[in-house]
Amino acid sequence: MAEVSWGLATSHVPSIGAAMDQGKTGDEYWKPLFDGYAPAREWMAEHTPDVAIVVYNDHANAVDLDLVPTFGIGTAESYQVADEGWGRRPVPVVRGAPELSEHLVCELVDEGFDLATFHRLDVDHGLTVPLSVYCPEPGEAWPCRVIPLLVNVIQYPQPTAARCYALGQALGRAIRSFPGAEKVAVFGTGGMSHQLAGARAGLINSEFDRMYLQAIETEPAKLAALSREDYIRLAGTEGIELIMWLVMRGALSDNIRRVHETYHVPASNTAAGLALFEELGA
Amino acid sequence: MGQARDDYVLDLTASRRGYALNRMCLSLKDAANRERFSADEAAYCDSYGLSPEQKKAVLERDWTGMLDLGASIFYTYKLAMMDQKSMQYLGGVFTGITAEEFAAALRSGGRKFG
Repeated sequence: MAEVSWGLATSHVPSIGAAMDQGKTGDEYWKPLFDGYAPAREWMAEHTPDVAIVVYNDHANAVDLDLVPTFGIGTAESYQVADEGWGRRPVPVVRGAPELSEHLVCELVDEGFDLATFHRLDVDHGLTVPLSVYCPEPGEAWPCRVIPLLVNVIQYPQPTAARCYALGQALGRAIRSFPGAEKVAVFGTGGMSHQLAGARAGLINSEFDRMYLQAIETEPAKLAALSREDYIRLAGTEGIELIMWLVMRGALSDNIRRVHETYHVPASNTAAGLALFEELGA
Repeated sequence: MGQARDDYVLDLTASRRGYALNRMCLSLKDAANRERFSADEAAYCDSYGLSPEQKKAVLERDWTGMLDLGASIFYTYKLAMMDQKSMQYLGGVFTGITAEEFAAALRSGGRKFG
């Protein structure tokens, strides 16, 4: 049976990807952030999964306001890197894992999660930046296959945090019931203090962020109990992206080990967090 | 230019109000559309059915006005990118300070509540 081997929570700020693409990771502004990633990257490079399930949101590149699925999943052989208006990121095409995607769709629908399925999906920075956080120099190809799992966090009402946590728990069961030997990593992306528009633009609530980084390991149910209004009030209108970390956390068991964490302000207009967990056995 | 509200939550009312504006901004992810927009901004807005208020806000780059008319920041950012304007610049516009002051506030740990 397939297994969940680790879970990564990471912000997906586009300028983090741009800093890597433009060779600025050693600059004074960016060095502390990337130094913070180093131990996690070393560990992940030694624990390469066969498949990464990346929980993320599209940012007006593949999904528009004509049709807004609350949850969606990619089912394709491959996914092109999106042109977000300033050219495609110079990173490899993303290879899919359609057999596992199909299994997950069947299992999750049977559990009551009615996912939209994407056969064609251009993946934007929400997915490619976390892959770059994991693997900064992929060369010709990413080191693993990838399944995009999309969550609507842009249009209100977003799914509740509790629903995201429950989806993650069902996702973990679905992965473990796949009849293969795949090692699967689950990424929960986006999030941390994050408000782009309005009079509260640029708000940073480090106290909440640090509480979240801790509680995502030990008290995920507490985070799942927060309302969407709580997330918007405490972390900003875009800070609600943190609910996607709960999908990752739900896929892990309670028998986990924190490998590394880091927290940095600012990354562009936001806080950036990372937490890496090893699954020790469900 | 109006004063920005605390929060702009893109609920279904805002999404309906901002539909044409957001759709127009989304189209700017394609280079050919960016050229068409630059050649005649007003005509391009008309071709996407923007209301007179939305069109005026776009032509005047009234970023707060666009939000009040249903715009989503993820969509209007594509217009800002055409103008070579950063997210820090927009943050400054929304909060009444310069891009440099906004960036400095973030480097100092971010803006606080209230």
